[in-house]
Amino acid sequence: MVTQTSIKKRNRRLLIGLSLGVVAMFGFGFAMVPLYTLMCKTLGLNGKYTNGVVAKADTVDNNRVVTVEFLATKNNGLPWDFYPTVNKVEVHPGENKLMDYYAKNNSNRTMTVQAVPSISPSQATSYVKKTECFCFTQQTFKAGEGREMPVLFHLDANLPKNINTITLSYTMFDTANVGKTVSKPTGRIQ
Amino acid sequence: MSDALHHAEHHHQSGISAFIKRWFFSTNHKDIGSMYLWFSLIMWLTGGFMAMLIRAELFQPGARILEPEFFNQMVTMHGLIMIFGAIMPAFSGLANWMIPMMIGAPDMAMPRMNNFAFWLLPVAGIILISTLFMEGSAPNFGWTMYAPLSTTYGPPSTDYLIIAIHLMGLSSIMGSINIIVTVLNLRAPGMKMMKMPMFCWSWLITAFLLIAVMPVLAGTVTMMLMDRHFGTSFFNAAGGGDPLLYQHLFWFFGHPEVYIVILPAFGVISQIIPTFSRKKLFGYSFMVYATAGIAFLSFLVWAHHMFVTGVPLAAELFFMYTTMLIAVPTGVKIFNWVSTMFRGALTFETPMLFAIAFVILFTIGGFTGIMLAMVPADFQYQDTYFVVGHFHYVLVPGSIFSMIAAIYYWLPKWTGYMYNETLGKWHFWLSAISVNLNFFPMHFLGLAGMPRRIPDYALQFADFNMVASIGAFMFGLAQLLFVYNIIQTIRGKRRKHATAQVWEGAEGLEWTLSSPPPHHSFTTPPVIKD
Repeated sequence: MVTQTSIKKRNRRLLIGLSLGVVAMFGFGFAMVPLYTLMCKTLGLNGKYTNGVVAKADTVDNNRVVTVEFLATKNNGLPWDFYPTVNKVEVHPGENKLMDYYAKNNSNRTMTVQAVPSISPSQATSYVKKTECFCFTQQTFKAGEGREMPVLFHLDANLPKNINTITLSYTMFDTANVGKTVSKPTGRIQ
Repeated sequence: MSDALHHAEHHHQSGISAFIKRWFFSTNHKDIGSMYLWFSLIMWLTGGFMAMLIRAELFQPGARILEPEFFNQMVTMHGLIMIFGAIMPAFSGLANWMIPMMIGAPDMAMPRMNNFAFWLLPVAGIILISTLFMEGSAPNFGWTMYAPLSTTYGPPSTDYLIIAIHLMGLSSIMGSINIIVTVLNLRAPGMKMMKMPMFCWSWLITAFLLIAVMPVLAGTVTMMLMDRHFGTSFFNAAGGGDPLLYQHLFWFFGHPEVYIVILPAFGVISQIIPTFSRKKLFGYSFMVYATAGIAFLSFLVWAHHMFVTGVPLAAELFFMYTTMLIAVPTGVKIFNWVSTMFRGALTFETPMLFAIAFVILFTIGGFTGIMLAMVPADFQYQDTYFVVGHFHYVLVPGSIFSMIAAIYYWLPKWTGYMYNETLGKWHFWLSAISVNLNFFPMHFLGLAGMPRRIPDYALQFADFNMVASIGAFMFGLAQLLFVYNIIQTIRGKRRKHATAQVWEGAEGLEWTLSSPPPHHSFTTPPVIKD
């Protein structure tokens, strides 16, 4: 027969154990954040890539031609011009290619932006190697300032055979907007 | 004798202070169970009224009754209230009432924490509903609260929603800890784990699910709050975050949540079917293992809610197969219920009718679930009314029917009076017909391409929408019979007294107590025969 005090003790021990479980799962939710980013970057998922040091292209596969298309998107109606100077280029895997995006700040104040890249199809992500990119850092433009920003890249020669077209997309964000909520129209029909 | 003493104790005070002492400060598992059930009933009627507004708007094409913005708020609040306010507290109420009586314990293991866990809920409920009266609007982004709709674009009231979710999460975590400790430590001598009623088993497993995923939801909405006000960028691509991360975190909680609202229902059905079949539950140990198997698999399927977000092919295949795998333990359960009924001496009292309807209609919901699990098919079905039809089939004739069955089944035990059987049968047939009228056409609408969460639709969807709305109104009205029946049974006027066993085929410790059971039951542990 178990005594009343020993039951109390066992209840207490179980309560503490389960509470620790709760705290651990709360922490797990936050641990998912870096884990998720890490997984996406290592596996090249979700169009994310590593910004690490890129080895120079060694072999150029002249028998193969891959089309690389460029896209530009401005987030939240940014008052800027932002577009690639060419819409697409044809490259041999392994060959270095330099192209430009043009951006112009049409507002009357200095703004800092960050371009976030994405690559489609996602299987191609880990085969697009960038040596230089305006997306590596935040870019500050004075009011009315416009300039061309370079992207130097090559495709890995091991790019899977079934991929013939790759889309490189950049979305430009105003860094001042981070952490702010946007007031939006109520959507009511008047 | 001790009953009489307690009775005297409760009746010698009167007036409002006595009422407050009796209910607000109560640490009795039966009182708290009743309060959970009342709270859930009020929330269910509130959420149900919102559903009526939604169906009234969709009765005919053209935005006629509600403003589109308000329609979005109704869809959001209906979902949140039904899941967090109605279904989860209802099962907590059943757990509080039944688990101590089923395992021969005097009360829950931590009665004061039990009281606190309950009283967080009305506070959270008031905060949640108060958002409807706030400047701007109530939350309007769907119950899934996807970023950036809830972060960058969320109305100011979103902060209140976040607090409400924190409180409800805290409440169910404390409730779960209490249930686990009670089941593991307070079983009467001789009540071995593998002899416990299925309802206790399914709640034990549900409680572990809650402890595992409610903190993740709490963390997720905390990140949402931080993104909104403290300049972080968990879900904001501009600051290096990712809105897709929100969906991963939410569904890591969200899919086990689906089983949190259905496993206790499985437990209820596993109690009712053997009683009215006058047979033991077929394959008891398989039922236990199947429940545990479903709970385990529920952690490995979350991305099936995200097939079109661009997750890689390998992940789509993985999550497709794990999702389909859940059909195996679920199939075991369906098979065992049918086998329990096979060659049983069946009678069809109201609880049994609802339980049989549960088995049939939940299976339909399960089948459409398998259809949605198939990646190529899901590309077509996602975000259409097919999904709405699917989850309402598992939640309404699933969770809700099991809840109704449980109330009819145990109400005579709780009150000491029999409910009105004729009214119960009317309630059943009206509900069973209208629920199908309501939700079955949604599958057709979805296959034809009608999107979810839109207050208007193209003309070719008009007929099926009208049928669905008529079904919804019928279902809503039929529930008033249920409420009337419950209240009349509690008042006990012109009702038959219930015996201790209530049902001829009922087995288990709760039926050895008088109806209604004494305020404090099993103060000395019962003896359990083999």
